[in-house]
Amino acid sequence: MANDRLKVFTKGFLKENPTFVLLLGMCPTLATTTSAINGLSMGLATLFVLMLSNVVISAIAPLVPDKVHIPVYIVVIATFVTILQFVMQAFTPEMYKTLGLFIPLIVVNCIVLGRAEAFASKNGILDSLLDGLGIGLGFTASLTVIGIVREILGSGSIFGWKFLSGDGMLIFVMAPGAFLALGYLMVLFNKIAKKN
Amino acid sequence: MEFFLIIISAIFVNNIMLSQFLGTCPFLGVSGKISTATGMAGAVCFVITLATLVTYLINKYLLVAFSLEFLQTIAFILVIAALVQMVEIVLKKISPSLYQALGIFLPLITTNCAVLGVALNVCTKEFTFGSAAAHALNLGESMVYALATAIGYGMALILFAGLREHLELNSVPKAFKGVPIALVTCGILAMAFMGFSGMV
Repeated sequence: MANDRLKVFTKGFLKENPTFVLLLGMCPTLATTTSAINGLSMGLATLFVLMLSNVVISAIAPLVPDKVHIPVYIVVIATFVTILQFVMQAFTPEMYKTLGLFIPLIVVNCIVLGRAEAFASKNGILDSLLDGLGIGLGFTASLTVIGIVREILGSGSIFGWKFLSGDGMLIFVMAPGAFLALGYLMVLFNKIAKKN
Repeated sequence: MEFFLIIISAIFVNNIMLSQFLGTCPFLGVSGKISTATGMAGAVCFVITLATLVTYLINKYLLVAFSLEFLQTIAFILVIAALVQMVEIVLKKISPSLYQALGIFLPLITTNCAVLGVALNVCTKEFTFGSAAAHALNLGESMVYALATAIGYGMALILFAGLREHLELNSVPKAFKGVPIALVTCGILAMAFMGFSGMV
């Protein structure tokens, strides 16, 4: 039993990594990873919504009629996103401005609705909490890695600490760099995953 | 003149997909063939324009009027979900052939973040076009902006589908197969679109 729980928690890191394996939530992945700290913040914001909405949805799932379950889930998710917006506006207004549109867009992040539909609606509250935590941390880890790579290549710094004078390859902090970095990291991930 | 600037800016300079990353999931999902990409592009154009019109009115006459702006996210996503459902029902009744063509793509559009993204952009952001000062868009400008953005999305989608059809015929290294090579191609396409920056 404890082993099963552990599996539910750890599968988000490699086996069902939302970014590199399931290819979900691509919009925030590409848009907010201009630096390591931005990627990390976006990941944590998604983690917050994912965990709480998973818990609430697993609790109310037996009461929701099948016909309207998607709209109900979306309202639950949107509620937590609104709470997140308030919290970020109050405590990290700078980061809220930087991530901008992508905070409200967590509502339509397919990872969140996907987990609600595929896991939380069929499992208990504790399992759903662990699932949300695991997948959320997996997402946060991938976003941070992409952010680190783009920041090193694009501005010659890491978590804001500059080790290179002058600019890096600016293309990596702009739009095309996002696609290129993610594409090549995915190749690397495929190589490593296949060797295991 | 301003409408012209909005159109150029939304289609080429700030292409919603290639420079703002909205709607990436369906972009990677349905860009395998030109015919499906065209169907999706049509459906998205239709829904984005309609959704922007409805959310603009709701925002102005309901949310702002009663100072409930913090409900934007919840209200808009519900409106979009309901709208997509309604479009589906109406199309089925009025034009079965169009429904056949767009049918499978319509339910997917609810979770296309381009729709919610444009609706939120129009209602919350201030825009600058050419020499005019930054200002919120009025109804006419919003509609032009939404339609042009949707056309930009459709164009990127169809262009990319064309590229991917050709990619299928080439031999790519095994680890690059599928999505990775698509992403790299997309990066090069985005680079080409960067050439438009500075035009408006």
